[in-house]
Amino acid sequence: MKRQVKKKWPEQEDKVRRLISNLPYEDLRRKYQPNRQYANNSIKTTKYTVWSFIPMNLFEQFHRFANVYFVVIAMLNFVPIVNAFEPGVALIPICVILILTAIKDAWEDFRRYQADKQLNNMPCSIYSRKEKDFVSKCWKDVRVGDFVKVVCNEVIPADILLLHSSDPNGVCHIETANLDGETNLKQRQIVRGFDGSFQPEYFSSIIYCEKPSNNLNRFKGYLDKPDKKKIGFGKENLLLRGCTVRNTDEAAGIVVYAGHETKAMLNNKGPRYKRSKLERKVNTDVLFCVALLFIMCLIGALGYFIWLETFPDIPPFVPPDSNNNYISPALSGFYMFFTMVILLQVLIPISLYVSIELIKVGQIFFITNDIDLYDEETDSRIQCRALNITEDLGQIKYIFSDKTGTLTENKMVFRRCSVMGIEYCHRENGDCLLTALRLGAQCETISDDEDIVFQKPKVPSRLQYRQKKGISSLRRSQSARTHMGARYQSEVFTITNEVAFSSPLETDVAPDRRLLRVTCDEKTQIQEWCRVSHCNGSASFMDFFLALAICNTVVVSTAMLPRQRVSDQHNLFCQVTNDTFSHYDNNVVTLFLRDSGSNNPSRRNSSASHHSEEERGTVSDPNGLCYEAESPDEAALVYAAKAYGFTLLARAPDRVTVRLPQGAVLSFEVLDTLAFDSTRKRMSVVVRHPITREVVIYTKGADSAIMELLDCHGRSAEENKRKKIASKTQRHLDLYASAGLRTLCIAKKVLSEQAYDDWASIRQEAESTIDNREELLMETAVHLETNLTLLGATGIEDRLQDDVPATIAALREAGIQVWVLTGDKNETAVNIAYSCRLFNQGDMVFTLNTDSREQCESILDCTLGEVRRYTAPSQSWSFQSIVGAVMPTESTGPTFGLVIEGRTLSMVFEAHLQMKLLELARHCRSVLCCRVTPLQKSAVVKLVRNKLKVMTLSIGDGANDVNMIQTADIGIGISGQEGMQAVMASDFAITHFKHLKKLLLVHGHWCYSRLAKMVIYFFYKNVMYVNLLFWYQFYCGFSGTAMIDYWLMIFFNLFFTSTPPIMFGIMDRDISAETLLGLPELYKTGQNSEFYKRATFWIVMLDAFYQSLVCFFIPYWTYQGSDIDIFTFGTPMNTVSLFTILLHLAIEIKSWTAIHWGFMVGSVLLYFIVALIFSAICINCNPPSNPYWIMENQMADPVFYLVCIITTVVALLPRYIIRVLQGTLALSPLVQARKLDRLSTEARDQQIKNWKSQRSPSEVPTNLVSPVDSFSNSFEQSFYNSSLEREMPDMQWDSNEETQNTFSKGHRRSISTMTV
Amino acid sequence: MKNQGTTNRPDNTAFDQQRLPAWQPVLSAGIVIPGFLLVGLAFIGIGVALFVTSRSIQVLENDYTGTGSSVHCSECVNPKTTPCTCQLNFSLSALFQGPVFLYYGLSNYFQNVRGYGSLRRPSSSCAPYQYDQNTTIAPCGSVANSMFNDTFTLYQLVNATRKTVPLDGKGIAWWTDYNIKFRNPPEVDGSLAAAFNGTVKPVNWPKPVYDLDPTNPANNGFLNQDFLVWMRTAALPDFWKLYRRITEGEYASGLPAGNYTLEIQYNYPVANFAGRKSVIFSNTSWMGGKNQFLGIAYLVTGSLCVVMSAVMLIVYAKFNSPDEDF
Repeated sequence: MKRQVKKKWPEQEDKVRRLISNLPYEDLRRKYQPNRQYANNSIKTTKYTVWSFIPMNLFEQFHRFANVYFVVIAMLNFVPIVNAFEPGVALIPICVILILTAIKDAWEDFRRYQADKQLNNMPCSIYSRKEKDFVSKCWKDVRVGDFVKVVCNEVIPADILLLHSSDPNGVCHIETANLDGETNLKQRQIVRGFDGSFQPEYFSSIIYCEKPSNNLNRFKGYLDKPDKKKIGFGKENLLLRGCTVRNTDEAAGIVVYAGHETKAMLNNKGPRYKRSKLERKVNTDVLFCVALLFIMCLIGALGYFIWLETFPDIPPFVPPDSNNNYISPALSGFYMFFTMVILLQVLIPISLYVSIELIKVGQIFFITNDIDLYDEETDSRIQCRALNITEDLGQIKYIFSDKTGTLTENKMVFRRCSVMGIEYCHRENGDCLLTALRLGAQCETISDDEDIVFQKPKVPSRLQYRQKKGISSLRRSQSARTHMGARYQSEVFTITNEVAFSSPLETDVAPDRRLLRVTCDEKTQIQEWCRVSHCNGSASFMDFFLALAICNTVVVSTAMLPRQRVSDQHNLFCQVTNDTFSHYDNNVVTLFLRDSGSNNPSRRNSSASHHSEEERGTVSDPNGLCYEAESPDEAALVYAAKAYGFTLLARAPDRVTVRLPQGAVLSFEVLDTLAFDSTRKRMSVVVRHPITREVVIYTKGADSAIMELLDCHGRSAEENKRKKIASKTQRHLDLYASAGLRTLCIAKKVLSEQAYDDWASIRQEAESTIDNREELLMETAVHLETNLTLLGATGIEDRLQDDVPATIAALREAGIQVWVLTGDKNETAVNIAYSCRLFNQGDMVFTLNTDSREQCESILDCTLGEVRRYTAPSQSWSFQSIVGAVMPTESTGPTFGLVIEGRTLSMVFEAHLQMKLLELARHCRSVLCCRVTPLQKSAVVKLVRNKLKVMTLSIGDGANDVNMIQTADIGIGISGQEGMQAVMASDFAITHFKHLKKLLLVHGHWCYSRLAKMVIYFFYKNVMYVNLLFWYQFYCGFSGTAMIDYWLMIFFNLFFTSTPPIMFGIMDRDISAETLLGLPELYKTGQNSEFYKRATFWIVMLDAFYQSLVCFFIPYWTYQGSDIDIFTFGTPMNTVSLFTILLHLAIEIKSWTAIHWGFMVGSVLLYFIVALIFSAICINCNPPSNPYWIMENQMADPVFYLVCIITTVVALLPRYIIRVLQGTLALSPLVQARKLDRLSTEARDQQIKNWKSQRSPSEVPTNLVSPVDSFSNSFEQSFYNSSLEREMPDMQWDSNEETQNTFSKGHRRSISTMTV
Repeated sequence: MKNQGTTNRPDNTAFDQQRLPAWQPVLSAGIVIPGFLLVGLAFIGIGVALFVTSRSIQVLENDYTGTGSSVHCSECVNPKTTPCTCQLNFSLSALFQGPVFLYYGLSNYFQNVRGYGSLRRPSSSCAPYQYDQNTTIAPCGSVANSMFNDTFTLYQLVNATRKTVPLDGKGIAWWTDYNIKFRNPPEVDGSLAAAFNGTVKPVNWPKPVYDLDPTNPANNGFLNQDFLVWMRTAALPDFWKLYRRITEGEYASGLPAGNYTLEIQYNYPVANFAGRKSVIFSNTSWMGGKNQFLGIAYLVTGSLCVVMSAVMLIVYAKFNSPDEDF
């Protein structure tokens, strides 16, 4: 049989994985195991083993260009004809570099090994045939084909096909936080046909499934039973490695993928490597160095040739080769070229790469250790996932941000609702939120033209002033009001935020008193309600809340650990059955009545205890109920329903139980659930009403998705009423959106038994098909969700994160353009944009929204012209005196904002108008893209990055941001609510948006300035030192002689001058963190690459040439015409260049800590100690002339010191003077900031404040002088445009679709003009 | 919630948070004016001292190549006239302060050429002068082979008679060369010549290494002072090498005014590389030989610093005043 199996496999190998139970083969040797060719569950993420480390690491290191260069040079040393040094000595640098890198790699690998070991030894239960039970083993013992049992709260060790669950419904809940970070529970089903008791011994089916892949959402296969029956299974039957079992006592299944073949491991790609902008620049400059080296070597070779040619006869000092033959001068010159390469090899700063790596390790250490970037709540630091782009943080020009979860908290709170066309503003809910109050004041009379009474918030005087003005101008119309309201609300938001955040009861909803009254009224007449709803099926408040409670996929569980799922009510309630309803089928309906005193919802809520679970989006109940929803919106809605007494008690796949306000408990039979998808933008549940026995569909979805599906064909009074309700609701929805709330529409439909049966059979068919099942299922869903009756709408608030407006303001001051790309709808996005100060009150905001290509172009042109009209005359640099100097500030013209919709964006891309869009965007302070898809997000990032050639940063938290995170130069993931996918794709992971400020402004600036200066210095250092040798060639016949002993020469670069620049690159702090945060403008130096430009490189090269000339020729002229020997001549040069090189760095170091002093003094001491020891012991190192006792002799000679002093002074004088002049004239803001740093804290804060107030005229828009009337006028108009468009369907419902389309295609442009 | 042991919170230390106390100098005119002034004045002082010292050093250099502008020893230029002795006459109008050092100087002689002597791989350092017909050459190598072999004798002309000025050849090599670096092979039967048995003299040498100084048996072999001086590679193509010192008898305090004759045994050919030979009399000071450059350099740099301090003063007056307000 085994042979047979073997034969069969190869054919299927390429398509499917075939596996059978391991149990019959237990205890057999490995070669008899049926599933032996599949990876086992022990994982190994290490690259090396103890034995393979040296060869493999060497192999990897030699893949780097730099190391190859070094090795070639070392090899060249062994060629006798060109050798310049002792070949052994030439190997020292490469060895040191290889060893350093190897140690670093080994350490990293060891850490991985430890992590692996820990993981491999985690306990799990595997079924053993001998023991007839599950026995405890380690993760690494799990093999494909084993039966594994997992219990509640245990982490799943491998990808397991679920065959057994303790749950009577055969489901198992898992939490996938480790995988995708989503904290909600996901249901997994056992494979069909395995309900009942499960006995692994009798499992004799063959499993066919697809090959391992990294797609988390794809898994298909079937079981081949012994009786030839095939049972299919899919991803809903698979438990994934790394997930945690929740809410289920125990589950068991057969392992299908193990170890590295599990989906979790296939998705884990490890750290990413990117080349930073600076490093790319370094690479080109290294090429310049190569060119320089080539030229110098060429000069050497030619020089040698010419030098040889000048002699009439062969002089005694020109050595013949070992056979006493003389090589022709031309050939000698050719060889000399290579000798020169060896001699001057240090010109190519190979150790620069190692130094950069070490510096980045240090920089990352400091970034991750920053206590300001630590989040107390989640106990997490910033994660640096990409190790080599720290300095890019200092050069960002564009930030692309996601909205939900990034700018906002993604913790949803139910704020308002509209039921049957009446608005309930939940005044009680948001005492602290003035918006709600203000809007609440008008909500009851929303359709009347009434003045709004603004509650004056405590805001800065400027704001108050504006508001007073605003009130007077806001008498126009309600439409303007909504916009203005939103605008002010944004200001208010920022002020009240802290209050809002201090509230621990984030999910607490205080019911609207009026609405509560309505529902209470109804509940006293529950019978009537039943009858009414039975008779005409008209929508009601009850329906609305029922829909909120049941139209979702929320899982109910008890709050206690282990999370016990609640699927049945009998253990919770044992109340008296009310006879009134007993005539309905008691088997289906169980209606309980409770005494109405105990369930006053508001009382219950106020006493609600809040568990730590809440932080993860779960909602608890005094009864110990926990709601775990796939999206926070759902949880918020369920909770809102509960606040009104409609408590979702339990949910099972086929049954959902709700407790009504009066205590009755309704149990709905769930006939079908049409899950949410992004195309339909809605979800529905099909239930059988327990009382009326009707088949009811409750649908919940985006307003655009629902409004189109409303039943609008009738002409009766009833229909007209519905239309009216719909239009009112639409208006409310607009209001919500403009208040920054997320909106959802709730609708219902009653289906006749016949219609349902028809549909159910189609549905059944669709479910059973294998090919394009998804499409068919969606089709059936769309088919059912028609002719809906609108019940109402909800507004859910997504609160801004801490300090978002301040962060955005600071980033903008830093010269960074912030773009927000969101999938949200226009109004919501715009309002969040205002509230987070992306747009300011005075900004002109252009909205691009069109469906047609032609219009798209004309709109772009038009807007561009408009923008140019404003910017052209005011495009001047105004100079301002800040702390005694001038500093450029932005022009005082109006600032622009741009809103572009996803559709329009795709038009732009289709019509190749990208450049125009960019041109427009460049004039705008901020750009907001709404309703964009993940792909569009990355397309926008790519467009800006490639076309404008700027450094971009993307920040996001969800799976939909992964594309843009990966596209941008730097991707930042926010580890928060939505999950790990963004973090996995990111280079840095932070916990809050506000951390971006310090990360960029402080760490970015530091990392960039440090590394840039270090790199520049490194180039200088090598060129300066190598040129000394080069100048000497003119005095030794270009023969490649070095006047410095080669040991000291190699030590010079390796030890004496290597650590100070590394220390400098890690530790130097040109400006303190406080000043950098206080003056974000300083960030611009990094953006413009001011520390490392092409010119900087050449200037430092010139300086290096100058210094080397000084360091060579001052000793030369001093010792010229004397009996000086070669090493006595070289020693002062070596010493002088050491001093020059170190003091050059000392001039560049901006802050001297004890560590700086230690490294600098230590390097000098090290030089003298090593040189003294070396010349004391080296009797015969470098014959015939050798360095023996030369250092000692020199140090006894006063001339040595005199030479050292004057040479160092002359070499550094120009640089020093320039730095002094720079410091005195203080032209650059950096110098000014450094001066600020020297002040006391108070004085500095005062100065920063002064500086800001001087600047503010350009920052604060000219709104104080502007006639606000025109401002509101334009808004009014723009609002009419938009509302017209939206209300159009309202009026034209009966007309055919074509006219509708033609209208909505009509473009709309709103420009908020402000007269300046 | 915040356990000390398990929390991931970074340490709030000055080092981790990059808040170590630091000295943050801002270079500006006001601060550097006194510095420039002090350095400038100090340099001028040193410069003056160096300049004065250097001026007091006397140097007398005579080219005796015999070709070109040199008139001396032209009779010996033809390599065929060997041995050739020539004379160089000079007169001193004043006392040449002692102790006087006698150097020979070579120009355009690249003793520092790689492969000639310095910086060669030791294994092959002697090739091609390692074996002469399979017999080891001692001392081997091209440096030794091309050793300078002109000799000088100095006479003072006192009343038309030549009075020999004693030249001291002891201790002209580096102490370390003589005592540590170079060693003679152990003498065999008290004879150095026997120790060198089995070796031949370098190709260009007239006599073997154990016979270099017939007057003083101790000054032979590898420890011959002239040999040691020659073996120390010169740094530059125009170099001096110490030949003798005049430290004895009546000349210990210097060469008195009068006429002198230097008798030169002209052996060493320089014509084939356009080299020049010269002989130099010089005395020394604490700063070594005569060198005007260092003193001038100090003076110039010192003055520059003083000028800079003045410039800085102007800059300071013009630009720095508003800064001092805070």
